[in-house]
Amino acid sequence: MSPAVSPATSPVVSAQNLDLTFQTNDGPVHALSGVTLDIEKGDFVSFIGPSGCGKTTFLRCVAALEKPTAGSLTVNGLPPDDARRARAYGYVFQQAGLYPWRTIGRNVKLPLEIMGYPAAERAERTRKVLELVDLSGFENKYPWQLSGGMQQRASIARALAFDAAILLMDEPFGALDEIVRDHLNEQLRTLWAKTEKTIGFVTHSIPEAVYLSTKIVVMSPRPGRITDVIESPLPAERPLNIRDTNEFLAIAQRVREGLRAGHSYE
Amino acid sequence: MRNVLPVLTVLALIVGVWWAAVAPMNIRAALDIAERAGAPVTPEGSVARRDVAVWRLMADNRGHVAAGYDLDRPRLPTPAQVGAELWKTTGAMVLRGRTWSKRSLIYHGWITLRSTLWGFLLGTSLGILGAVAIVYSRVVDMSLMPWAIISQTVPIVALAPMIIVLSNQAGIDGRGVPKAIISAYLCYFPVLVGMVKGLRSPAPAQLDLLRTYSATGFQTFLALRLPASVPFLFTSLKVGIAAALVGTIVGELPTGAISGLGARILIGDQFGTPLAIWSALFCAAILAGLLVTALDAAQQLTLRRMGFAP
Repeated sequence: MSPAVSPATSPVVSAQNLDLTFQTNDGPVHALSGVTLDIEKGDFVSFIGPSGCGKTTFLRCVAALEKPTAGSLTVNGLPPDDARRARAYGYVFQQAGLYPWRTIGRNVKLPLEIMGYPAAERAERTRKVLELVDLSGFENKYPWQLSGGMQQRASIARALAFDAAILLMDEPFGALDEIVRDHLNEQLRTLWAKTEKTIGFVTHSIPEAVYLSTKIVVMSPRPGRITDVIESPLPAERPLNIRDTNEFLAIAQRVREGLRAGHSYE
Repeated sequence: MRNVLPVLTVLALIVGVWWAAVAPMNIRAALDIAERAGAPVTPEGSVARRDVAVWRLMADNRGHVAAGYDLDRPRLPTPAQVGAELWKTTGAMVLRGRTWSKRSLIYHGWITLRSTLWGFLLGTSLGILGAVAIVYSRVVDMSLMPWAIISQTVPIVALAPMIIVLSNQAGIDGRGVPKAIISAYLCYFPVLVGMVKGLRSPAPAQLDLLRTYSATGFQTFLALRLPASVPFLFTSLKVGIAAALVGTIVGELPTGAISGLGARILIGDQFGTPLAIWSALFCAAILAGLLVTALDAAQQLTLRRMGFAP
């Protein structure tokens, strides 16, 4: 019997002293070093930092796509592998990665087919999540008929289709232009509020991290580690122009300082 | 349809060069015939002419150059002669109701086509199965791939007679099966290489995505690797069918076959009837063109129906 975990108090993701070292031809690369972090249910956590700081690696560890070399990591109180089998999370990659031979609807159905949902439920769930990302009516279009932003929304719908409580997003808007990105940020906030998911979000952009998050994790490279964790004091209701308020700019400033402190310029 | 004009331009160019080449190629034969008929020729005697350049012969015997365009057994037949021979052995036979006569290229073409299609089927199946094994097993990848490459360095002309002898020993009657094996031998390779590339074409992120769904290896194969490989498959199939046709014709050459386009080429060579060689050659080329075109149409249809961007 597994030990009793009380879901009300235990964090959704809990990392203790996580290390991950890749052995390469140029010697060991310390992708993660001593990372300790708790993500609570309903959190919107952004990971920000320069390339090589381990933010994507951390997300991949949570998703059981990488194995930490030391430390402990639980997702919903389970080892990451078991959590994945229990469909704990949906993952959104930087590239939408829709299959060109499937319509948008059938792309969203992909995880449902693999997980063996009955056909009627597949159709119903697909309809629901496409509505959620504002893509109703595009079900029968092929990916090449959609813009980059719409494709990324379809890939978010695909990650939401099986209704996992956690959404892991690896620079999902990194390849999009600023205007589309603003729009999608706003939509993602709404979606998060509506679905009460726990979101882990990797980004390069300070305004994006500050605008979206309840908690901002600032990381730095060589070795990849956490330099600052900021609980955002911003209100839950966030119009886009909140980015001009002093409160917003103060957090952005703190993030920037955290990035600077962790970054060596030699 | 956009590429009709460039294709026709190149075709016209080839026919032009061919037509111009007929004069120097046939001048010696034309002079021999004219001399035998008693016409004055410089220099006299075919032995004396052997050391004279064809350009010189043409310049000295201008009146006989035209005869080179109307020989019964030309070194190089004119495009018109080949066209007429092709018509005589195909369309004209059909009109006379002798489509399946032993003199009809339709009959010989069909014999070759049948072996080609069997070889194509066999080779394609082997190529696809081999590719799946290579992609899914590191051991097979390390062991089979080098041999697949080596297999293509062995001259097929050397292998063909052995395959015929061995299949005879194995109690297989007729040439259909060994010809198909030879054909498959040439055609599996492009399919194997193309399919390995196609099955490996999904990006790491696409494979990771399926891992996040805890998809099984078989589900990954059906949902991702197989459909991703389809564009690669068709490209290899087009190369493969042309190779299969070459394989069949090679299989008909050194093996004493009496029917099939390869046999027509060999028999034409042995009996000194260049027109028969050339018309069989063109028949093979036209057949290859039709097969590749058919596969191309199938490719466009399939990819469009699958939803790939046009």
